[in-house]
Amino acid sequence: MSDRIRLVVTAIDDDVPGIRTLTLAAADGRVLPDFTPGSHVVLECDGPANAYSLTGDGTMPTTYSVSVLEVPAGAGGSRWVHGLAVGDPVIALPPRSMFAPILQGSRHVLVAGGIGITPILSHLRSAVRWGREVELLYAYRDGRGAHLDEVKELAGDRARFFTDRTSFAESLAATLADQPIGAHLYTCGPAGFMDAVVETATALGWPPSRIHLEHFGVEALDPGEPFQAVLADGRVLDVPSGVSLLEALEGAGLDVPQLCRQGVCGECRVTVRSGVPLHRDLFLSAEAKAANDSLMCCVSRAEGDRLEIDL
Amino acid sequence: MTAHLPTTETARDLIEGFAFPFPTDQYRYSTNVEPARTPVVTPTGQWGDAVVDVDSEYRHELAERERILAADPSRYAVLDHMRPACWDTMITLMRELALARPDTMSLEALGGGAFVWTNRLLDVEQRFTLADESTLPMEPLRYIATQVQEDLVLLDQRDDDLWGDAGVVTFAADWSFGFDVGMNFLEIHGPVPRLRQTGVITRAREFIMRLQPGQVYRRTNWTLTIGRRLDVSTELYPEWGPDRPMIQTVDDETFGRLVHLRTEVQHLLRLPESGGVLFLSRTYLLPFADLATVEPWRARTAAVLADLPEDMADYKGVISYRDRAVAWLEARAPS
Repeated sequence: MSDRIRLVVTAIDDDVPGIRTLTLAAADGRVLPDFTPGSHVVLECDGPANAYSLTGDGTMPTTYSVSVLEVPAGAGGSRWVHGLAVGDPVIALPPRSMFAPILQGSRHVLVAGGIGITPILSHLRSAVRWGREVELLYAYRDGRGAHLDEVKELAGDRARFFTDRTSFAESLAATLADQPIGAHLYTCGPAGFMDAVVETATALGWPPSRIHLEHFGVEALDPGEPFQAVLADGRVLDVPSGVSLLEALEGAGLDVPQLCRQGVCGECRVTVRSGVPLHRDLFLSAEAKAANDSLMCCVSRAEGDRLEIDL
Repeated sequence: MTAHLPTTETARDLIEGFAFPFPTDQYRYSTNVEPARTPVVTPTGQWGDAVVDVDSEYRHELAERERILAADPSRYAVLDHMRPACWDTMITLMRELALARPDTMSLEALGGGAFVWTNRLLDVEQRFTLADESTLPMEPLRYIATQVQEDLVLLDQRDDDLWGDAGVVTFAADWSFGFDVGMNFLEIHGPVPRLRQTGVITRAREFIMRLQPGQVYRRTNWTLTIGRRLDVSTELYPEWGPDRPMIQTVDDETFGRLVHLRTEVQHLLRLPESGGVLFLSRTYLLPFADLATVEPWRARTAAVLADLPEDMADYKGVISYRDRAVAWLEARAPS
């Protein structure tokens, strides 16, 4: 698996209530791995590892910046970040890019909801550097807008800010209705927010290939129905409700590559020999899902009561 | 007689650093990628510890590239949207050069997007500012092609595919970069036999599309070339095509000096800022006369050539002299 990066917290900014911005540098002071705009890093914290978008400049970075919304009822990652102090060590996995700008885009429409501004900010920075046509719509709760000054400085009048739903919805529809051929839309925010953005775009005729989503805070999946997994050596594993196939495989002593454990990173893909998977991941394309010959075992399950897999 | 008959002995470092391409006695197409930066020890020395390789041919090959580009500008192309990827490529390769040759090359970040590139082998000290073309003597992809021996192809990733949208390719082995610019990955590889049917090419594409910044992989490819000729592009076929019938008529000594095993060491890496993919291809040529002095290489090359199926031998352009090449190598087996 990837080499871990040893970081140390060099600055903390708590100016926006509920949102903490961490600045992290390499513990040995070296230049950190480069990253593509829209990338995230996985930070190892107490409990499950969490992915956070990198907001800074990705070329020969000496620091990484992440902004984390405190979710008191979450799995614990955000509370852990909000408990850190300057000087604390943090272990990260190298940046991963799943939400890159499309170079050929004739225009780039960025739409952020709340803390979803974080990957959008690095897109904006890159668009400004390379002179790409860009505009940004940023919706947030009054008093809770992260990175407002930075966005204003980078984008000038190409950014518009919204603190009420109605004017945001109206502006979004008007903006998406008036774009040149070859425009691309990038959005990040809570699931309901992104659903609304995609719905508006789709209704206006935007094809899916021009709409790009960055998911965060993947909603808890339902525990699912129990099923049996048949392994290549003939062993049969019970996968009860509330236990993932990945967990069942690990319980049986199998070493399955995995990273995010939430259907995003693509590491734990398993080949299906027979049976129909119930796909619940965000990684596989619609085409790959329809082929039903593989599944992401951290979140996906079986449509029936048996799944034969190539492990 | 060809103009490319080598008049001097092969430089020692070209034999010691030769990337011998055959891991077994049989060659078939495969998705033969492996992590880069790991040295491969060979009977003569080693290769593969760096992503870019500078050897004793450095100045000569860079001069050769300039001559080719002056004669045929279509070997270099950049589609408009690839501008950030060209900058990315330049910065990436300067850092790789500095890693490979820390004694003579360095890239220093001055802050605010300003850099100094130093290359003492070429007596270069170049200050520039990222994304500002006016601070370089030429466009960044074209500029870095004056500093590395590798050929460069930049792939854009969009619509679930890879597109060859920029590059500098002066040392192509029987293909044409100018013809391929703007094609997608499967189109570029369309002429290669067996790739589609075996699934090798779609697997390679899936693999490349999932590359992350910082990951560098490599593979080798090979063919035979007559004469120490780097540019065997389709464009120049009228120049080198006649060497294939000619080589069947020469005496054994000339055959061994003219026929070269040609290895391409190809690196693939994700460009961080643009999200593009950089494909590097570095060409190594070793005359059979030198190859035959290394017994494991002689025996293996003979075995691979003897076993090579007709369609692959035809595609590689060696079918007309393959039998003689095998016989030539076998005749030099130790008694």
